[in-house]
Amino acid sequence: MHRRSFNRLLGAGATLAAMPGLSRQALAADPLKVGFIYLGPVGDFGWTYQHDAARKAAVEKFGDAIKTTYVENVPEGPDSEKVLADLASSGHKLIFATSFGYMNYVLKAAKRFPNVYFEHATGYKRDANISTYNIRFYQARYVQGIIAGALSKTGTAGYVGSIPVPEVIQGMNAFMLGMQSVNPKAKLKFIMANSWYDPPKEGDAAKALMDQGCDIITQHTDSPAPLQAAASRGIKAFGQSTDMAKFATGTQLSASVDVWGPYYIKRIGDVLAGKWTSTDTWGGFDSGMLGMSPFANMPPALANQATAAVEAIKSGKNKVFTGPISDQTGAVKVAAGVSMDDGALSGMQWLVQGIEGKLG
Amino acid sequence: MIELLVNLIVSVMAAATPLLLAATGELIVEKVAVLNLGVEGMMLMGAIAGFAVAHETGQLWLALLAAIAAGMTLSFLFAVLTLTLQANQTATGLALTIFGRGFSALVGAGYVGIAAPTLPKIHLPVLSDLPFFGATLFSYDPLIYLALILLAATAYFLTRTHAGLILRAVGDQHDAAHVLGYRVIRIRYLAVLFGGAMAGLAGAYMSLSYTPLWAQDMIAGRGWVALALVTFAAWRPFWLLIGAWLFGGIMYLSLYVQGLGVPVPSAMLSALPYVGTVVVLVLISRDHRRIRLHRPAMLGRPFQATN
Repeated sequence: MHRRSFNRLLGAGATLAAMPGLSRQALAADPLKVGFIYLGPVGDFGWTYQHDAARKAAVEKFGDAIKTTYVENVPEGPDSEKVLADLASSGHKLIFATSFGYMNYVLKAAKRFPNVYFEHATGYKRDANISTYNIRFYQARYVQGIIAGALSKTGTAGYVGSIPVPEVIQGMNAFMLGMQSVNPKAKLKFIMANSWYDPPKEGDAAKALMDQGCDIITQHTDSPAPLQAAASRGIKAFGQSTDMAKFATGTQLSASVDVWGPYYIKRIGDVLAGKWTSTDTWGGFDSGMLGMSPFANMPPALANQATAAVEAIKSGKNKVFTGPISDQTGAVKVAAGVSMDDGALSGMQWLVQGIEGKLG
Repeated sequence: MIELLVNLIVSVMAAATPLLLAATGELIVEKVAVLNLGVEGMMLMGAIAGFAVAHETGQLWLALLAAIAAGMTLSFLFAVLTLTLQANQTATGLALTIFGRGFSALVGAGYVGIAAPTLPKIHLPVLSDLPFFGATLFSYDPLIYLALILLAATAYFLTRTHAGLILRAVGDQHDAAHVLGYRVIRIRYLAVLFGGAMAGLAGAYMSLSYTPLWAQDMIAGRGWVALALVTFAAWRPFWLLIGAWLFGGIMYLSLYVQGLGVPVPSAMLSALPYVGTVVVLVLISRDHRRIRLHRPAMLGRPFQATN
């Protein structure tokens, strides 16, 4: 899927490659140059859009003290290393790589440019000059599950997944647990689109789920296509990454909203103050990095219930993955009263009982 | 079970439509012995042109016209390069696809993530409410019917009309056609333009009905599938229809089966529509005599009038 923008990428790469001469003359008083590489187009109204909104928030905050550059549509392959190197050699001191698949290329680039700070979103490999950061998306999934459990008449919801990596599995499991908290018999079906962004296929997957009796749709892919597919059948659905309400009037119940701004502002501030260190951040509702768009198209009592659930998670009262939790085979994975630790969570490879279908 | 059948038919009809539209156009192009590999690029241009005009004006018929015009513009470029200037058709077609992908992304940059009006589905007073047949026959949007009508008209045109005979003659023996006084280049121009118009329409179907939004590279290889269908159907309209339905059907079932929880890796299921369609059509078309009968003899060969 990511080959699509190769031409534009090459164009961007060429521009950047032409710039290194400038950076060598850079003076200490010059603004801090911050680079961003994006997986999709800034206008995808999903993942990349939210990262770019955060970049703009940082620009607003720091004004002339920083200068930002972004390269969009960067494939998760060897080309990303070239883009990272171009940014590093053209004077960018802090670079945000905003997709999981850049991980190994960030690692290589960080070795070549030990004086540049790298920030890698959703990854887990760190180094002296690489930090990682992520959002606890599963917290919002749990709240979505509560809403789905209360609204679903068939008791079955459908999950349009992307690729069965732990982040997506956490999302499905949290959604299922939320649903079961209001309807113990609830079921969840899922279809993996095998892509983060393939609108026709995402829409088809949503249709196939609705054909199998799912009357609430949620998605872990980046386009509004599943939401639109649900709207065409008069079924309610959740948006992803950003508020997608305008794509399907009267359809969106809520959307998980990724808020990277506070993190970007903090990290840029750290570099400006000369106190950047390698860290691992996994922020949820409490950190301000995760939000939910207004609860809509549901009875007010349910909206209140959802708001209360957000508050309970925010205060730490509800840790989402608290036992007893059994997997699909019925084996107890989390004992009663115990909460999963982050290590076990980030390597999650099993599905909660009640989810139908196998991880391929 | 009945419900599954209804859903399957509805999904297949929708998934087959962009393939049918583009493949019908390419069939005419190849029947005059021109090979235009730029279908994917023309579809993308049609998709963004249709979407942009629908968004700006709110007029769907204007959007469809814009998509047709966009496809024709690109195909005209192809015709000038390959028919008048005698450039290599394969290379030019590939260049057209690469150009279409890049240019549509550039033009479409401002249209990502916004909404536009979508093609409405028809609703006939009694017919659309019939059980089973209402949903499977009488409740589609107009382009789905148009695709079928155009395919039938094309089949009729090729085999039952004088003009169709001339068109095939140009594809099978351009020198003879020229000697008989037919304007080979002009006929090829018209066929290539028709192919462009159909590809543009197919693109508009994607961005205005199938997935009503603009996303970069949203055709996702359907142009190539349409091209392959023409060859594997051995240039026969009826088999085009079967191939398109087959592809749409396997595409839908591969997703549906995943929802049922069949333990097959999803990546494998994703490949199934492509593999399945090719295998079936190759099996159907493996009769060499029949392929020779329908394959335009001059396919890909340039023509230069020698007087």
